[in-house]
Amino acid sequence: MENPEISTPISISESEKTEQARHLSIPHQHKDAIGAKIGMWLFLFTELLLFGGLFLLYMAYRLQYTKDFVVAASELNLVLGTTNTIILLTSSLTMALSIAAIQRGKKKLSVAMLLATIGFALAFLVIKYFEWTAKFHHGIAPNSPELLSKPNGEIIFYGMYFSMTGLHALHVIIGMIILLFMLVFLLRGSISKTDYIKLENSGLYWHLVDLIWIFLFPLFYLLH
Amino acid sequence: MANGVLAERLENYLEHKTHKGIFAWILSTDHKRIGILYLVSMVTFFWVGVTLGFLMKLEMLTPGKTIVDAQTYNTFFTLHGIIMIFLFIIPGIPAVFGNFFLPIQIGAKDVAFPRLNLLSWYLYIIGGLFAIASLFLQGGPIDTGWTFYVPYSIRTTTNVILPLLGAFILGFSSILTGLNFITTVHRLRAPGMTFFRMPLFVWALYATAWIQVVATPVVGITIVLVIIERALHVGIFDPALGGDPLLFQHLFWIYSHPAVYIMILPAMGVVSEIIPTFARRTIFGYKVIAFSSLAIALIGYFVWAHHMFSSGMSNTSRAVFSLLTFLVAVPSGVKVFNWVATLYKGSIELRAPLIYVMMFIFLFSIGGLTGLVLGSLATDVHVTDTYFVVAHFHYVMFGGTAIILFAALHYWFPKMFGKMYNEKLAIWATPFIFIGFNMLYFTMFILGYKGMPRRYWSYLPEYQTLHIISTVGSWILITGLAIMFGNLIYSLFKGKPAEANPWGGVTLEWQIPSPPPAENFEEIPVVNHGPYDFSKINGNSDGKS
Repeated sequence: MENPEISTPISISESEKTEQARHLSIPHQHKDAIGAKIGMWLFLFTELLLFGGLFLLYMAYRLQYTKDFVVAASELNLVLGTTNTIILLTSSLTMALSIAAIQRGKKKLSVAMLLATIGFALAFLVIKYFEWTAKFHHGIAPNSPELLSKPNGEIIFYGMYFSMTGLHALHVIIGMIILLFMLVFLLRGSISKTDYIKLENSGLYWHLVDLIWIFLFPLFYLLH
Repeated sequence: MANGVLAERLENYLEHKTHKGIFAWILSTDHKRIGILYLVSMVTFFWVGVTLGFLMKLEMLTPGKTIVDAQTYNTFFTLHGIIMIFLFIIPGIPAVFGNFFLPIQIGAKDVAFPRLNLLSWYLYIIGGLFAIASLFLQGGPIDTGWTFYVPYSIRTTTNVILPLLGAFILGFSSILTGLNFITTVHRLRAPGMTFFRMPLFVWALYATAWIQVVATPVVGITIVLVIIERALHVGIFDPALGGDPLLFQHLFWIYSHPAVYIMILPAMGVVSEIIPTFARRTIFGYKVIAFSSLAIALIGYFVWAHHMFSSGMSNTSRAVFSLLTFLVAVPSGVKVFNWVATLYKGSIELRAPLIYVMMFIFLFSIGGLTGLVLGSLATDVHVTDTYFVVAHFHYVMFGGTAIILFAALHYWFPKMFGKMYNEKLAIWATPFIFIGFNMLYFTMFILGYKGMPRRYWSYLPEYQTLHIISTVGSWILITGLAIMFGNLIYSLFKGKPAEANPWGGVTLEWQIPSPPPAENFEEIPVVNHGPYDFSKINGNSDGKS
């Protein structure tokens, strides 16, 4: 998960401070890579808190319905879950490689790595789709009679499962769209060796999507 | 500091047009124009909210039906709350005056992300329209109260999803504004503008921006879950399926209590600007005020459950939250003492903005002190969910934030539009607002203490006298508001041209022409002293910072 590119802390040195004053000769079009990164980190922070609310609920309900959660969790498909974890982790690697490549001016490699990342994202979604539809075939869907016949704790487990993985899948889709835009920018040359902050910020977003899955996976699949 | 009036050849921001007609506004990324966009849309929403409030008070003139039936009354108080909170008070001062003056006060030409800034306004408008659209759709407008408490909000047949989506989008807008302001403060300060040379309004906006960024996502996810619950019945908040409605309340207030400080902190920042200017004195206790903003932002996170004292919690947690609630009153009290200390021995010039500030200190103190009545467990249980609560938060929100929004409007009006308002009329509006306000809301303290529950459409006949006083108060208040806004709108077209520095202010926005040039500063100023240094104007050491 750790990537030297993204773990750079937001620190503003004195020299940057004096430098940033001279920044704006044309006010509405200035470029400030550090500023853009601060903005992105703040945004990621809000995303963490968004999911934080869900994790809080998960914790509260797990304490309340421990036994039901264990029963329901054992019915999830561990193979598919693990595969998806590996896919997403690898996609984070290719994402980081894509950034590293453009920093060294290797545009082709960067494009290839970005394409791989998008491919992994797609694979993740396809597997997720099969996982969900398999559950639906067994009658496990929100508000389905089959699910409603189960104990409350299992209803809540699946409620949390569908809400959290659904919301995460939505983030994967948004991430994919962002990465597709980045692909266009890369090909057009507006992301380059000297100006790659857009790709870097998209990478940060992608790592966040990955990071959230890293927490979802054990909570739903492994904690029996 | 760039001194005096800069060259007049600079095109001001109102003349500088990047597009034609209305597009010069709705496509502009100039922080000043975006501030005005917010101002216009916000005042419009404000009057919709005022109208709903007026109708509610009219309905309460007599027990039973006066003008509308009970269901309509429910939708009135819900929409009044949603509009006033999400569309007026929360974005209020930061979106209008923060956008306009934050970059100028730190010596920058714009915010860090101008296009994101414009996007925030669009999200604000879309969210606002979503919230109001439920009025015109089948099923009827939302009737849950602005708090959207489950399980009622997942059972009612009215349009809940649309206003919820609206609130979610408004939250997004708020987050983007917040992260924009934080980045702006970190990256775009002029040379020499250290953190402790920033005006206190900037400090307040900075603390507010952090709350916006950190608290809003929590209500975002809560709202999303209610939408999911209504659409798919996943059971997370539905007690029939094992969900726990109390968890909703916790998540809701984890945001919505800090949101109270999103509303009040910027107002406190404005007060810290206006008082030194009209007292011709540097602010008393600059650093303490700056840090108290951060302290309020921090402690404000840990008091949310005081909204739930009667909802069902352990005695221990109730006691802890009560204690923390008392703690948050300390930094607020610190500010009030510092403001009064600044006025002491100042050469006070009693102009309209300062009169509004005086009104604020009086009303906000009542609001704050009654907050302690609600913060202590024993008394809260007696007055919870009564008119006492309604009176308390109107004293804090309206008497606090909205009154200061009016003060800011008068204080910065000459700078924003380059016109002077009519001082006499502006002062004439204040007794109407003050008397009307107290008649309207102080009676509610008494009503609540006597047991009148909030959100009720009808009441026992013995409450009627007080209700009549309250309703008449609402008419006087609205008269005052009409005079005030009428004066400002009239002055916008017919006002005398304003000088660059009509008040003798010393912060950066007063050192540039009125209205400001399109790019704020001809050249970026170099700052070498604190924000409230009046020594040059006063010619003595009294005003030194």
